[in-house]
Amino acid sequence: MYGNTFMTAEEAKQMDQTQDNPQKLIAFEARIERGEKIEPGDWMPVDYRKQLIRMIEQHAHSEIVGALPEGTWITRSPGFKRKLALIAKVQDEIGHGQLLYSACETLGKTREEMLDDLLSGKSKYSNVFNYPAKTWADMAVIGFLVDGAAIVNQVINSKGSYGPYCRALERICFEESFHLKQGHDNFVFLATGTNVQREMVQEALNRWYIPLLHFFGPSDKTSVHSEKLMKWKIKLATNDDMRNQFLDQYVPKIREVGLTLPDEKLKKNLETNKWEFSDPDWDEFYRVVNGDGPCNKERLEVRRFAEEQGRWVRQALVNPQDKYVTPFA
Amino acid sequence: MSNESLDPRIRRLDLEHVKNGVQPTNSHWITFEVFHQEKRGRQAIHVGIVHAPSPEIALMFAKEQYARRKSTSNLWVVKSSEVFTFASEDEDIFETTPDKTFREPGFYKVRDRIEAYKNKHS
Ligand SMILES: [Fe+2]
Ligand SMILES: [Fe+2]
Repeated sequence: MYGNTFMTAEEAKQMDQTQDNPQKLIAFEARIERGEKIEPGDWMPVDYRKQLIRMIEQHAHSEIVGALPEGTWITRSPGFKRKLALIAKVQDEIGHGQLLYSACETLGKTREEMLDDLLSGKSKYSNVFNYPAKTWADMAVIGFLVDGAAIVNQVINSKGSYGPYCRALERICFEESFHLKQGHDNFVFLATGTNVQREMVQEALNRWYIPLLHFFGPSDKTSVHSEKLMKWKIKLATNDDMRNQFLDQYVPKIREVGLTLPDEKLKKNLETNKWEFSDPDWDEFYRVVNGDGPCNKERLEVRRFAEEQGRWVRQALVNPQDKYVTPFA
Repeated sequence: MSNESLDPRIRRLDLEHVKNGVQPTNSHWITFEVFHQEKRGRQAIHVGIVHAPSPEIALMFAKEQYARRKSTSNLWVVKSSEVFTFASEDEDIFETTPDKTFREPGFYKVRDRIEAYKNKHS
């Protein structure tokens, strides 16, 4: 899973001021223009490295933290088959985090530094995981729609310019298709079930509608995005385009089983071919990003608990002769 | 949830440095490159990396990470530090290889000559 990243105006301004070796920069940009991938040992602009680290790291943290709300439902899964599927999915998500930490390490930030920055709050993760999973129907909505939204994002990003990130994403997208199918299965099962089950899944949908709209980040009208990110193929689609693609793919699948989304304005404008909806509360989005969401504290506490509980095991296994080596790919 | 562990081994550890974001030295595990062999007789192909304190544990992690799906016959792990490669900017040393068509079977065209010979001598 993964939510979109965004930049503050200050950061975007700073980025436009960095000076790189002009000749190398021209050669670098020409490579990207030709569709070539950049590999770890290659020359790259300072900001290219910086923005990739930031993006891949946030993505990695989102996989790890994203597994937490679902993890709590493993022991409460209704039935053995669903439990097996959920265990497999949660394990996949942790695996995605590992793959992404590896990709990020090739850029020069160690795994330990990343985990520290997650715990200290310096690095972010996707906002959507700061909301609670109250019932089993939330599992259905998360597996189907949060993973669905993440796939939109990840498929687009897998066409980017940095080799290790693209390779990790290809592997991840392959595994995500199972997450989506099992989520859809759970979703349809509840939607076509008893009245109580339908009500449960409708309520979960109502809870997740706003976080899902927030998922792709602020609107293009208000958010700053650097031209460089697009030119360097770090970002490949705007937030609004991705959000629109998501609504295009998933609203019909929600409506076909007779469920609704809690927004009277939500409809596709057939002239512009774009979805229209009431503006979700962006103040809430920023509040949650900055730590004041329903589950921010709990998520980090669980992470910290795991970090501390596992520390003696990791330390017991460390050989004083071991040296850290940046991986190849 | 409480962070106070009931496990005495953990309570005895000094965990203060975690809160300050300081890592103790020697906190890094070794990086291993992982190769996956799908079936007997196939090549082992590089698939990614794991971090582990020893080759044995690296294999265990590699099994979880790279052999969860589809078939696997075996896995290899090699310390990243033991892999030697060319510098990526030296890529041009391989540049002329595709031009060496005399190394390819398609370069050798004998049919025309044989036909000409046959026509001449029949
Ligand atoms: Fe997923
Ligand atoms: Fe994932």
